Amino acid sequence: MKLQKSTVFALHAVLELASDSDRQLSTGEIAERYGISTHHLAKVMRRLVRGGLVQSMRGAGGGYRFCGNANRTTLLDVIVLFEELGPELDFVEGDGAESTPIGLALQAVRDEIDDLTRATLRSITLNTLIKNAERRARSRKAEPAEPARAVGARA
Amino acid sequence: MDIRPATLEHLDAVVALDELHTGLAKPAYWRDIFARYVESTRPNRFFLVAEDGHRLIGFIAGEVRAWEFGSPPCGWVFAINVLPEHRERGVGSRLLDEICRRFKETGVTTVRTMLSRDDALNLAFFRSQGLTAGSYIQLEKELE
Repeated sequence: MKLQKSTVFALHAVLELASDSDRQLSTGEIAERYGISTHHLAKVMRRLVRGGLVQSMRGAGGGYRFCGNANRTTLLDVIVLFEELGPELDFVEGDGAESTPIGLALQAVRDEIDDLTRATLRSITLNTLIKNAERRARSRKAEPAEPARAVGARA
Repeated sequence: MDIRPATLEHLDAVVALDELHTGLAKPAYWRDIFARYVESTRPNRFFLVAEDGHRLIGFIAGEVRAWEFGSPPCGWVFAINVLPEHRERGVGSRLLDEICRRFKETGVTTVRTMLSRDDALNLAFFRSQGLTAGSYIQLEKELE
């Protein structure tokens, strides 16, 4: 499954904002953090506003603030604002192949994978992903640095 | 809120809470579980309850299993439930933390559970506690 760029940008933006719902960030600030096109992100932010997940702040500074429920909103909820989840595997369909026994068996495999994908995305809330990201950041900090080796030294 | 090992006096409340969640009353099932996890003194079996005063508001059950499905010993949680009005208040988290603490005391370093794909509530809960999809796949078929 390859998500559209808009969807990927939306996930990064909404997770960044949800990680501190008191904070306002401009499109430019989010775009710079994730190396995203500001122009493209601006359209994404407007759709997130329409979806009720972020609100646009007026006044000096402006920007956006998260206004959804990070404990209830899942990754799937964000994704479906931008696209329909297509099948993980695209079997070529045509000339009635899909209604043959082999075609039907392949579709059953595809359906099994799709059900799992959907269940996974539906089970991860924004808060859960943010906590996972924080856990990873803490683990990285706690990892001991590799000792420096002299050039030419043997292991 | 207090968390402690279940006693026989909790059986009716556990049956009722399970029926509230599943729609099915299973008194015989839970009597059997209590016989094996509450009355038995096996050190690797745990049935914990969360109480608000004397009222049961949640429970969790699990045990350390070794070498099933080829897995080294690990802790399995096979049941968890919290009264709806007490959810999202940390009851489930504390129950899971406590059973995991007891699992660790036996020497295991992994906790597992298994859930229906449609059990959105518990899937989201376990994910929020840091569990992720493991390396095992559950397979099944209808017997003809």
